[in-house]
Amino acid sequence: MQSQRKIRILIAKPGLDSHDRGAKIVARALRDAGMEVIYTGLRQTPEQIVETALQEDVDVIGLSILSGAHRTLFPRIMELLKQKDLTDMMVFAGGIIPEEDIPEMKKLGIKEIFGPGTRTDTIVQFVFDNIPKRP
Amino acid sequence: MSDKEKINEIMKERERWEKTTLPKWMENRPERKNEFRNHSDTLIKRVYTPEDTKNMDYMRDLGFPGEYPFTRGVHATMYRGRLWTMRQFSGYGTAEQTNQRFKYLLKEGETGLSIAFDYPTITGYDSDHPFARGEVGICGVAVASLKDMEVLLDGIPLDKVTTSMTINGPAAMLLAMYVAVGDKQGVPREKIGGTTQNDMLKEFFAQKLCIFPPKPSLKLVTDIIEYCAHHLPKWNPISISGYHIREAGENALQELAFTIYDGIASVESALERGLNVDDFASRLSFFFASHNNLFEEIAKFRAARRLWAKIMKERFHARNPRSMWMRMHIQTSGCTLTAQQPLSNIIRTTIEALAAILGGTQSLHTNSFDEALCLPTEEAVRVALRTQQIIAHESGAADTIDPLAGSYYVEYLTNEMEEQAMEYIQKIDDMGGAIVAIEKGFFQKEIADSAYKYQRETDDKKRIIVGVNKYTTGDETSIPMLRVDPKVEEEQVAGLQKLRRERNNRKVDEMLEKLHYATEKDENLMPIIIEAVKTYATLGEICGVLRKVYGEHKELIVI
Repeated sequence: MQSQRKIRILIAKPGLDSHDRGAKIVARALRDAGMEVIYTGLRQTPEQIVETALQEDVDVIGLSILSGAHRTLFPRIMELLKQKDLTDMMVFAGGIIPEEDIPEMKKLGIKEIFGPGTRTDTIVQFVFDNIPKRP
Repeated sequence: MSDKEKINEIMKERERWEKTTLPKWMENRPERKNEFRNHSDTLIKRVYTPEDTKNMDYMRDLGFPGEYPFTRGVHATMYRGRLWTMRQFSGYGTAEQTNQRFKYLLKEGETGLSIAFDYPTITGYDSDHPFARGEVGICGVAVASLKDMEVLLDGIPLDKVTTSMTINGPAAMLLAMYVAVGDKQGVPREKIGGTTQNDMLKEFFAQKLCIFPPKPSLKLVTDIIEYCAHHLPKWNPISISGYHIREAGENALQELAFTIYDGIASVESALERGLNVDDFASRLSFFFASHNNLFEEIAKFRAARRLWAKIMKERFHARNPRSMWMRMHIQTSGCTLTAQQPLSNIIRTTIEALAAILGGTQSLHTNSFDEALCLPTEEAVRVALRTQQIIAHESGAADTIDPLAGSYYVEYLTNEMEEQAMEYIQKIDDMGGAIVAIEKGFFQKEIADSAYKYQRETDDKKRIIVGVNKYTTGDETSIPMLRVDPKVEEEQVAGLQKLRRERNNRKVDEMLEKLHYATEKDENLMPIIIEAVKTYATLGEICGVLRKVYGEHKELIVI
């Protein structure tokens, strides 16, 4: 039977980047769409993000990064999720991620990457369409 | 006819026009929207007339350039005497790479430097700290010790070029390194000119790159103000910044009001230290964004100057007119740049830069067209610099002072912005000041709400962004991008570890211990930090000592 609980989603800012305008807007749009949003603030290490995802039992993780450090931080986050056996969580990302890096990021298991100029309802719809089924 | 009679006459004529000429046009050619509003949500009228400026008193409200209330500019000759400083914010990779970029820009006609540091530097971590992994040299240049600063400024005469440093939490350490390089070059300290951003208040709610909690952070800000008042007469110890407030999501009015309030708090903090207002106020500088609504931005800069002059005179009883000057640096707005159709950003930046010049700035950074995608390439930054040079030398905009004074629209907007900013200032005063407002999350909430509103308006196409929600092409032109080689991190870490092996570590330890003692004793830390950097103690080591004594800031999250 499908669970009736709200979609739980963690919006996270990995690394030292402090540009949180986009992350907060997306968090608010997802909340307004009826999801349970957990936003833990700036400067989260990959370990902290994965730990929060585990503790909060989220369905989805949204990563926001504009600093260029995604090439180091995203692989680390995805590896930790694997180690903790959390591969059923859906992960998407947003921020300034060069076009040429996207295939590599998707290969890590990141489902989608949203660049600048994305409408918030595009992201909301994407989450609804790709929510992992709970066992 | 008296002025009052003239205004009445105009009012009658306007009413007649609205009954006779206008309705026919409205029928055949109705207006594009029911109402027009600017970013600050001010209702924009169809047309402005002398009615809208009827309470204006020329000498009281405008006066002459270089005289109170400085609405028309802080200098009597403005750009007819000297053009604004063209100062491009730059930094990436190693100190050596950024040094080459600086020399390139100076060769191309830039007139001042502006250093962009990487995230580890900004947050007070050494390049080999675990938090620095993947961030070294990526968003700016890595400066972990005096050694890096020496390379960064190699061949740049510090008595001739002024430098602005976007640095806040560790401002004291980076300023100390700059001074130490000046000492090595043999430049007398009174000749060293530049700016440290050193504005911690806005960090707590806008840029959010904090290290220490608010109280010790403000203590360090004041240490620098005090030190500069006595030892570095040409240094601007603080750049009171609205730019980050705006980029985080505020509108023009909020940017104006909160920046001025940030200035008020900085002055109060220095006065509490026992400084005399006229001993430091003339060295306070400001930093604003120039967003895309041309007239709103021009009005904001003019209102800012007048409001600050009044506050310095009436609230803080400054006597020296220079204490009432609001000198400003302006950067065109990063958040108006689009990743789509990036060449269009050249046009956006041109309009924003023009607003800055028509608004009377002292210094300007123009964004590069590729900056919604990456740090600027050499070509992109050259176009950005050329934009300023074209405005300066070809457009005629710099040939007379404050050319839009007397425009009914611009004067009306200037008055509106000043009045409404005063209401915000009163509100924050009533709340108990800036720190209380931060602790209550007031600024954070205002920012979050404005940013969300802006996004909704864009999503709903109430706000048109060319290439994003209108005139989209689908196939985007790709442009060359600057990528920082991941090897930079390896090289930087290796260099830092070599430094730690080769320096006199006994001397470093002694200095750090002395620093610890001085921090606990609450004395002005600038002199001892200068001594410490000269032993090649690293930024992370020095900040580490302060972290131990002061603790670390914890973000108040407001969505």
